[in-house]
Amino acid sequence: MKIFKLIFKNVMRHPLRTLLTFLGIAIVTFAFGFIRTAISAWYAGVEASAQNRMVTLNATSLMFPLPISYRDKIAQIPGVESVGIGNWFGAYYKDPKDFFANFAVDGKYLAMYSEFVLPPEQLAAYQQERNACIIGRKLATRFGWKLGDTVQLTGTIYYGQWDFVIRGIYDGANATTDETAFLFHWEYVNERLKQESPDLADYIGWFVVQIAKDTDPVAVGEAIDANFKNSPAETKTDTERAFNLSFISMAGTIMTAMEVISVVVVLIILLVLANTMAMTARERMSEYAVLKTLGFRPLHLVGLIGGESLLIALGGFAVGLGALFYIFKNFAVVITKLSNGFFGIFNLTDNTIALTFASALLVGVVAAAFPTWRAVRMRIADGLHRIA
Amino acid sequence: MANSIVEVSNVSKSYRRDSLKIPVLENITFSITEGEFLGLMGPSGSGKSTLLNLIAGIDRPDNGSITVAESEVTKLSESQLAGWRSRHIGFIFQFYNLMPVLTAYENVELPLLLTKLSKKERQERVHVALNVVGLGDRTKHYPKQLSGGQQQRVAIARAIVADPTVIVADEPTGDLDKNSAVEILTLLERLNQEFKKTIIMVTHDQRAADKAHTVRHLDKGELV
Repeated sequence: MKIFKLIFKNVMRHPLRTLLTFLGIAIVTFAFGFIRTAISAWYAGVEASAQNRMVTLNATSLMFPLPISYRDKIAQIPGVESVGIGNWFGAYYKDPKDFFANFAVDGKYLAMYSEFVLPPEQLAAYQQERNACIIGRKLATRFGWKLGDTVQLTGTIYYGQWDFVIRGIYDGANATTDETAFLFHWEYVNERLKQESPDLADYIGWFVVQIAKDTDPVAVGEAIDANFKNSPAETKTDTERAFNLSFISMAGTIMTAMEVISVVVVLIILLVLANTMAMTARERMSEYAVLKTLGFRPLHLVGLIGGESLLIALGGFAVGLGALFYIFKNFAVVITKLSNGFFGIFNLTDNTIALTFASALLVGVVAAAFPTWRAVRMRIADGLHRIA
Repeated sequence: MANSIVEVSNVSKSYRRDSLKIPVLENITFSITEGEFLGLMGPSGSGKSTLLNLIAGIDRPDNGSITVAESEVTKLSESQLAGWRSRHIGFIFQFYNLMPVLTAYENVELPLLLTKLSKKERQERVHVALNVVGLGDRTKHYPKQLSGGQQQRVAIARAIVADPTVIVADEPTGDLDKNSAVEILTLLERLNQEFKKTIIMVTHDQRAADKAHTVRHLDKGELV
């Protein structure tokens, strides 16, 4: 018999108590992992930002457009390699609650986003049709759309019904790439606006500026903004990362609250396990005294009590993590739908797994610390007196 | 003349309760020869168990020295004491103190986990010890499946399995009925006579003391 067997038998001494603690940790692991994944999903756009892309938008606000005529002027600024355009369309499919991101873009925009992996024949088909669109794989799965389908969107900014034919379904180049976007030709929208709402035509939401390698993005940004200083529509140019961060900062308070909640759930389970371990150790003080009498050293007691605590904590972690994997593998689409498309990238990242594991490890160690300290410091004679 | 295996010299011990200093043992000096079966008797609070704890190295005296098997235990560090206890002392407690989650076999094996013996060697020793106490057929039983007398016999097997120099027994029959007590005393007597084990036994029971070669009485912390 080895010490591990004694640890295991001690864990099973009060099956109900152990089971409840174990389940508590599994649930908390699940909750913690879920919250951290949701936070990661929210910041995924920031993580996916490219170093060589910048975004130019109206200095007043993203809500105000910029004239398309700026494109050529920006393209002439030293260090700028390419300028693409993007425009938030804000339409919905059937039900306004079924949110997903839809943008009007130009060809250069698509060329800059190499993380959108699209078969060449699909890209060619998209380029040849004015009302064609490209959609992400997850969005296609969510609505059951396939190539050749015609999708009618209802505009909320640009009113009316808008028909698009799906000519491409892109996959993300990596796990942080958003696969829920709906992209189509800005020219198609602009032509219709010229006829129906001329005031809105020839304006775009933002420019995506690709800069040359080894070019200082700050200098390029300042040069762009200086170019439009004192114009009716002054610009503000930032790196794509800063742009994405400012875009999601609107929900910053909610994210902060979620981060706080994730820490709180860990603290709660820490107290639960600490209480379990304290009760356990108090009941067994006489046994620890006997073990010390037999020649077991403090390190053995650390192993016994700490091992029991870690076994429960890490066992619960394993079950909770297993549940997370299962849910994310089988219900990712449901989660995206339940979150109204906000959480398009719902992947359990290595960082989240490591953080969850570290939390379980910390809970196991800290919960055992005080009972172990008491058992180690206890005088044998005092421990033996607890029996009588 | 037989060699002394335990030498207690001018040992005093007191406890503190709040600001009160309560003397328990006063200048105790005596020795125990190898192979002796010593009974320590005395009223409650006379310091018998305290003296036993001091000899067994689980408590420290305020003054004096105690030498057991040529080691001056009063000079050993806590870590050294732990190792020394595992090699030289076998403990028998009034309430058996078996691990409830371990079988009889596993309880007896516990002290051997601290040694470098192989699994096979441990197995042999555990079976020998359990056979000596007459429980060779109860290896897989848990303490709660055994009677009080049987549990105490498992505790004795645990005490002898590492072949200690001295066996200390604190009221070994105190929690047993008359028949079980007789069985345990007979077993201790056999360990002493047949296996030449030195035994120090604290007891209130005159019948138990009658099994000892020598009986010493403690009263108010002094040997009388």
